[in-house]
Amino acid sequence: MMLIHHDEEALAAAPKEELWAEYAAFNEALAKAGAGFAAGERLESATAATTIRVREGKANVLDGPYADTKEQLAGYFMIDVADLDEAITWARRCPSSKYGAIEVRPLTPPRSWPSAWAERGQSQA
Amino acid sequence: MAGGIDEARKAAERVARESYGRLLALLAVRTHDVTGAEDALGDAFAAALRTWPDRGVPDSPDAWLLAAARRRQTDDARRRRTRAIGEEHLQLMAEEIERASRTPETIPDRRLALMFACAHPAIEAGMRAPLMLQTILGLTAEAIAAAFLVPPATMGQRLSRAKTRIRQADVPFRVPDRDELPERLDAALEAIYAAYSRGWAETGEEGRSELAEEAVWLGQLVVSLLPEEPEAKGMLALMLYIEARRAARRDSAGCYVPLGEQVVALWDQGRLQAAETLLHQANAAGPSGRYQVEAAIQSAHMAHRVSGRDTRRAILALYDHLLALTGSPVAALNRAVALAAVEGPAAALDQMGALVSDKRMAGYQPYWAARGHLLAAAGRKAESHEAFTVAIGLSTDEAVKRHLASQRAALGEG
Repeated sequence: MMLIHHDEEALAAAPKEELWAEYAAFNEALAKAGAGFAAGERLESATAATTIRVREGKANVLDGPYADTKEQLAGYFMIDVADLDEAITWARRCPSSKYGAIEVRPLTPPRSWPSAWAERGQSQA
Repeated sequence: MAGGIDEARKAAERVARESYGRLLALLAVRTHDVTGAEDALGDAFAAALRTWPDRGVPDSPDAWLLAAARRRQTDDARRRRTRAIGEEHLQLMAEEIERASRTPETIPDRRLALMFACAHPAIEAGMRAPLMLQTILGLTAEAIAAAFLVPPATMGQRLSRAKTRIRQADVPFRVPDRDELPERLDAALEAIYAAYSRGWAETGEEGRSELAEEAVWLGQLVVSLLPEEPEAKGMLALMLYIEARRAARRDSAGCYVPLGEQVVALWDQGRLQAAETLLHQANAAGPSGRYQVEAAIQSAHMAHRVSGRDTRRAILALYDHLLALTGSPVAALNRAVALAAVEGPAAALDQMGALVSDKRMAGYQPYWAARGHLLAAAGRKAESHEAFTVAIGLSTDEAVKRHLASQRAALGEG
């Protein structure tokens, strides 16, 4: 999983047309050359976020993202790659790497989940 | 005594650069314990920085460091009483190193043996170059991680796993016999060339061009230690041909400049001459390996730019030879591009048809870039546009991205 974190200020200052053109090329490359490309989604700005916590049965709902950091979660790509090195290469190709950070994290393989979760996990996947 | 400390540090740094691999090879060659040898040598360097400022730099810093490292290493081995190194063996080792440290001019050079251990088939192919960079050049795991673009901790773990493997699998520290040498040398050269390619791929990043220089240094070391091997010379020549063009690869605005448009005056004449000489020596008995053929291709490309001589057919013939030698899809791709220069883009695209189904080509940026150029030359604009787009998406270098985008934009104008 590639988690895209944007510095929204840097992104706002970026040349938009160039960025979309780069993203179009990146998506095309994923589709044509990324054998295991599964899915990706883009999120609205963190200002549109709402954060919910439940403590001792009581829900607490707040405006804004859960962490007030310079770089905010902005979307994700699922890629199927052989190893970390390949994942790093795709992260470097991703245009967002210039406007924030890309966190690469392996998915937990189903067999290492506690057995009670395994069925539910598979039906969700 | 700031001057003393400075002088000691400079002396230690000089020895580190010139002799690190030589000392480490000697310390590791008998025990097969690279980590232990590194620790011992690290301690010796630390001790040098402590004592040299007061007592002055010894006449033979190498011998001093070797003796200090050897003491630490034998202490360790005694303490552990490892079965791998019996007392008798330990004695022999101590005597050899003692002798060497008394007569520094005869410190034996075991770096070749160390290099062959690093490039042994028991070591994962991707770790051979990082191991060489660490053991022979003394680069830190952090520096190697930065050059290979993996996290420092990951590189550290991979390096230490590889060293454990050397010890546990009893990887031999020796220059292989005649019958085994060609294959084993291939693996060593491949590791060095892989490091070079990583350094070459993106000149935009400073750390990486340093990696290219380290790889050239390793190539020179192999040539100096195995002067009879034409492939070692072929590989060094290949690296020097490419290295000679470094300054010409970007224009003043930082844009990528393809070989055909480079300013020849910016090519490094010294490196070019060195490459020609090496290639000439290597080919004395006829070209015998892929690096010699690839170096000859570089030579032909550059000769065309320098003298205007038409080398297109010679280049195509060399690619035929290379493809027969390696059977690699990359060689097939380059041959198709060479064919386009002789017979036009349609013939080349025909040849490339067979490569489309090759999985290794799907994520290979140069394949899509070459395809974009050939399709553009053939007037197939829509397909060319698509190929250039994929090539841009697969690029990590901004200058290359911009170059491809301008090629793609030119499709609309033509």
